[in-house]
Amino acid sequence: MIPLDLTGADFWLPLVFAGLMAFAILAYVILDGLDLGVGILLPFAGSEAERDTMIGSIGPFWDANETWLVLGVGILLVAFPAAHGLILTSLYLPVALMLAGLILRGVAFDFRVKVEPRRKRLWDHAFFAGSLLAALSQGVMLGYWVTGFAATGFAFGIGVAVAGGYALLGAGWLVMKCEDELQQRAVGWARRALWFTAAGIAAVSAVTPLVSPRIFARWFSLDTLFALLPIPLMTVVLVVLLAVFLARLAEDTGNRNRFGLQRWAWAPFAGAATLFALAFLGLAHSMFPYLVPDRLTLWQAASATASLRFMLWGILAVMPAVLGYTAWSYRVFWGKAEPLSYH
Amino acid sequence: MPEAALTLARIQFAANISFHILFPAITVALAWLLLLFKLRHRAALRRGIPGADAWAELYRFWVRVFALVFALGVVSGVTMSFQFGTNWPGFMLKVGNIAGPLLAYEVLTAFFLEATFLAIMLFGQRRVSNRVHTLATALVAVGTTLSAFWILALNSWMHTPAGYELRGDVAHVTDWLAVIFNPSFPYRLAHMLVASGLTAAFLLAGLSAYRMARGSAARDAQLGLRVGCYLAALLAPTQILLGDLHGLNTLAYEPAKIAAMEGIWASQAGAPAVLFALPDAELRANRYEIAIPRLASLYLTHDWHGEVRGLNDFAEHPPVAPVFWSFRIMVGVGLLMLAASWTAAWQLRGGRIPGRGVLRALATMTFSGWIAVIAGWYTTEVGRQPWLVSGLLRTAEAVAPNVGAGAIGVSLSLYLLLYATLITVFVAVLFYLARQADAPAVPDSPPRARWRKAR
Repeated sequence: MIPLDLTGADFWLPLVFAGLMAFAILAYVILDGLDLGVGILLPFAGSEAERDTMIGSIGPFWDANETWLVLGVGILLVAFPAAHGLILTSLYLPVALMLAGLILRGVAFDFRVKVEPRRKRLWDHAFFAGSLLAALSQGVMLGYWVTGFAATGFAFGIGVAVAGGYALLGAGWLVMKCEDELQQRAVGWARRALWFTAAGIAAVSAVTPLVSPRIFARWFSLDTLFALLPIPLMTVVLVVLLAVFLARLAEDTGNRNRFGLQRWAWAPFAGAATLFALAFLGLAHSMFPYLVPDRLTLWQAASATASLRFMLWGILAVMPAVLGYTAWSYRVFWGKAEPLSYH
Repeated sequence: MPEAALTLARIQFAANISFHILFPAITVALAWLLLLFKLRHRAALRRGIPGADAWAELYRFWVRVFALVFALGVVSGVTMSFQFGTNWPGFMLKVGNIAGPLLAYEVLTAFFLEATFLAIMLFGQRRVSNRVHTLATALVAVGTTLSAFWILALNSWMHTPAGYELRGDVAHVTDWLAVIFNPSFPYRLAHMLVASGLTAAFLLAGLSAYRMARGSAARDAQLGLRVGCYLAALLAPTQILLGDLHGLNTLAYEPAKIAAMEGIWASQAGAPAVLFALPDAELRANRYEIAIPRLASLYLTHDWHGEVRGLNDFAEHPPVAPVFWSFRIMVGVGLLMLAASWTAAWQLRGGRIPGRGVLRALATMTFSGWIAVIAGWYTTEVGRQPWLVSGLLRTAEAVAPNVGAGAIGVSLSLYLLLYATLITVFVAVLFYLARQADAPAVPDSPPRARWRKAR
């Protein structure tokens, strides 16, 4: 399963690509998660102006955010073609539904401000529906994947949890990027979404060791237990911290104390993103080195070494530039959001 | 693999890629046009030429269109990236070593560039200097063109594979330059880039003509019409020349496709150019044929008596009727474009305004580029059948064995419903935006929103 020569390119190139893919997927989940989350929260906005501001807060970012998905699935496609085919054919319908959802929300973004004003509401609904459908489908895909394409009911539960997790990211983003009433509303959304997220992480953590003895052994063997303990421990601590912190924010706002919202507006989003990163780390540890649980390892699925090498040079040359101008773009659009206009 | 699932999977791929190509076919060239508008505006401002504002107006209108088209291109493109895995896993298993890196380079060098700088281009005008904004506009244009470069390298390789060897049952690369610059690539790239130019030119001219036909005297509508018509008048003959060169290249590498395009069944010296016919696959002949004797030999071999191989010479050949007809539709639309753009360019001479008839004709032809592009792609893609990669991988071998007709039926219905709705809305919105451009300003329009710096 693992190549015998641990110094050869046959060993490390697939590993490097698995790492790059994991990075792209995590970047996608956090970045597009926040804008899918904003879409899921859209119906709870108080007015059209609030909806405009919410969408304005993600307008300059959603397109690049979605590109991480293309990169993630692209690396799966190009570096691990065997796994790509097996995973995506097994997830056929959720993938089709996710794509339909992504199409709908991506265009709703633009259509809502360009159609006749009386149709704007319709595209707001489409934006919400598409975002929710995409988030649910991604959760279902995750649920199917971790159980080796078996548990349907469980997968639907994870679908709801992932949608909740994205809503948490979205709410955190809105706390950071918005002001006044909308910002306070977003604190409330974050508090509710946190419970969905926590329940989802707990469910995946409980079920994966049960369906796979290998994963059980990996987490609960005595020699690694203590090395791994920080991951679940930090997750629990973070959930509790976020819950307490959000409750305080809401309470302060009730007492007209604005200090927390001004000074700590970034914290809920940072907390949510860290939560996702921890959950991702735990999942990666459970699954490694399998790309298809208990069936196909990353070395078995990898493309030819020569092709991987040709791509790696490209990635090494281009990726720093991509990260650089992505960071620059976030800097350009730093600060509080307002409705979009082309100026 | 049951026949029904294969057929449905092929229809689904055709639906997805046909929907997708509509939008890049506009954005690749429109991005460069936007850069042109912006540079002309800046130059006119610098030299104090009156009417500089018309270029700015033109940019403002078309950047809104661009944002919409680009969004549609992005979301339909995401579908494409999943499509290989969900329906055609055999493709990546066999030629993944070639297709993979080419797709990866498209994502890395083009997609992130386009997406990030598009945001600056659309929403960052007040947040960055004018120079940086112009640079962002240029980078978006570079990104769209790079994207076309990589994807056409892969597509061309599927028609004329080169620079590889088979080890076992998997293709491995021996020479990357030969893979990228495979024999049909330069022709296909040039043909497609000019096709995008024509599509954008007719869109620009068409919507501008639509506004003028409705009585608009706006400077930017006249300017748009002028740029669109002159560009089309320049590109239409160029495209005919490029198409001919591309055809000669196809004759050399894919002679069966040419035979299907021409509707020539029996090999013959002095082959006729078939203008109209109903190719009959059972009869292995054309019915109701109207043809010009010897002409096909002339333009294919540059000799009145040149030998042209017919379909009967090939053990396997593509289905004839779809290739034959889509080729004729493409050429027909191309000739129509030539006639329309030259007539309009003539009428525009010396700052004149074209007559209503020409304006209406141009407005009708707003989306003519789409028809030609789709017909052209069907010609080349159906013409490659039964191969997915010429001589290397059959379409039927690549299809997913474990995805049933039922599942594909569900996803296909979903996509078709979505695509039909979106195309209808898209076309309606474009004409609505054109009407809005000349509508009197609404007094209670929302205040000019902007981004504020926090610091």
